[in-house]
Amino acid sequence: MAEKIATREAYGSALAEFGHKYNIVVFDADLAEATKTIKFKKEHPERFFDCGIAESNMVGVAAGAAAAGMIPFVSSFAMFAAGRAFEQIRNSVAYPQLNVKIGATHAGITVGEDGATHQCLEDLALMRSIPGMVVLNPADAVEARAAVEAAILHNGPVYMRFGRAAVPVLFDQSTFRFEIGRGIVLAEGTDVTIAASGVMVEQALIARDLLANDGISARVINCCTIKPIDTALLVSCAKETGCIVTAEEHSVIGGFGSAVAETLSESCPVPVLRVGTEDVFGRSGKVPPLMELYGLTAQNIAAKAKIAVSLKK
Amino acid sequence: MDSVTRRELQLTAANVRLGILEEVYSASSGHPGGSLSIADVITYLYFSEMRVRTEEPEWADRDRFVLSKGHTCPALYAVLAEKGFFPKEDLKTFRHVDSYLQGHPDKKHIPGVDMSSGSLGQGISAACGMALAGKLQNKSFRVYTVLGDGESQEGQVWEAAMFAAHYKLDNLCAVLDFNGLQIDGKITDVMNPTPLDDKFRAFGWHVIVIDGHNFDEIEAAFAEARTVSGKPTLILSKSVKGKGVSFMENQAGWHGKAPNASEYEQGVNELRAYMASL
Repeated sequence: MAEKIATREAYGSALAEFGHKYNIVVFDADLAEATKTIKFKKEHPERFFDCGIAESNMVGVAAGAAAAGMIPFVSSFAMFAAGRAFEQIRNSVAYPQLNVKIGATHAGITVGEDGATHQCLEDLALMRSIPGMVVLNPADAVEARAAVEAAILHNGPVYMRFGRAAVPVLFDQSTFRFEIGRGIVLAEGTDVTIAASGVMVEQALIARDLLANDGISARVINCCTIKPIDTALLVSCAKETGCIVTAEEHSVIGGFGSAVAETLSESCPVPVLRVGTEDVFGRSGKVPPLMELYGLTAQNIAAKAKIAVSLKK
Repeated sequence: MDSVTRRELQLTAANVRLGILEEVYSASSGHPGGSLSIADVITYLYFSEMRVRTEEPEWADRDRFVLSKGHTCPALYAVLAEKGFFPKEDLKTFRHVDSYLQGHPDKKHIPGVDMSSGSLGQGISAACGMALAGKLQNKSFRVYTVLGDGESQEGQVWEAAMFAAHYKLDNLCAVLDFNGLQIDGKITDVMNPTPLDDKFRAFGWHVIVIDGHNFDEIEAAFAEARTVSGKPTLILSKSVKGKGVSFMENQAGWHGKAPNASEYEQGVNELRAYMASL
């Protein structure tokens, strides 16, 4: 069994690590223990600012700090970063193209017991709709760390989505290469492509094995960058495997699956089926039964893959 | 303030008011009332108070200005044009589809504009961030922002007010343009935010109340703000919405309405007569 680390843990560790290399400043909204920005605070207390429970102001302050030449990170739960502060992100950060990095943790259904009010299933849709916003959704701790450094080096606003729950480490840091806008082929296949993002990458790899048992060869790609989406990779997968299943821990409306469907409907129309939450709110519970309840499973991906294959011309 | 300086500021502010009228008249839209009420304060900021370089708008050590009540950018643009950041002739392109002079301040495209704004409540937060960045970078620049009185109904204003006092941003000076009117009427009728001086004091700010059309009081207030240590300053500027154009004064209806040709001509004539009287 692979080591399990929550991507929020990796986020906090990366901030602390890169705080030595880059002149970043970190803002939090009374959630430093949960978002793990506490790790940055411990190593760089002079560049950490708690804004209290006031996310709108936090984002605005970060915009001002960026306008004055700094590289600010703002952190809160995805619900309150992308949700509560959406308009501040749009108008104060993205419209003037300011260099603010939004580290949103506790995204998706894997928030678990806190339930629907805290389970943000809409953040990718919200952030993706903002002009010029880069949207990253790392799958594991190694990719999360790489995403943080890429965000620092990117000049402009970046939204990063991290999870609460510990997830397997999929990649080897010593060989892992990360580039904004580039997806990665994790496993080859010829009958269908499973395009997965975030915590669903693990499920996609399991689904590939399930499909292999049924004689279906599935390619698995990891799309950390939701925007700008890797059109070239998606088109090549559509051409070579003829159909796509997307998998994300987010609503099927407006998120990663929508981005893939939009892209392929214009560039290379093939059947695209989406796995995600189906226009519903979440609820309280432990993570495994919640994933089961909302269909965020390898079994559901495999079932959709079979339908996708059957829809091919 | 000596009489020569005062007269120069009054003349500049009158030219700014002419610019405001030209902008909203040319655009057939815009917000003249609150632009005219803040014209004197913004004129003073750019012509007496702030260290800026028109030839180098992005100069790293400049003082910053954020127009939190961004809809009154006709005043800001007219001041920036008077100062020389861009040609005065461009004011007549305000809000035109091929112009860089957007309906609300656009940092990316307008020389001298330090922050995009327009969604109320957000500018003061950005000003806090700039002030904090100044302290982090050991820079001596000061940050100024102008809020509307109606804008103080936005919750974010008070989040920012808390932040500025908590982090002792004494390099931040906010002006609250208290003209008493908002789109739907008197602020005290729509949603009473008063007493704003007491509220900001309670939030930990140093508060100065002035007549926002009296350059001696404006000068004294900004000078006092520079001496305050350990807390931000709020200048509550009592003003007249539509100041300087008789038929616009104290009329909520001129919040977001452009004058027609005869109204424009009357406004220009009144301002020219005022300038001749100085």
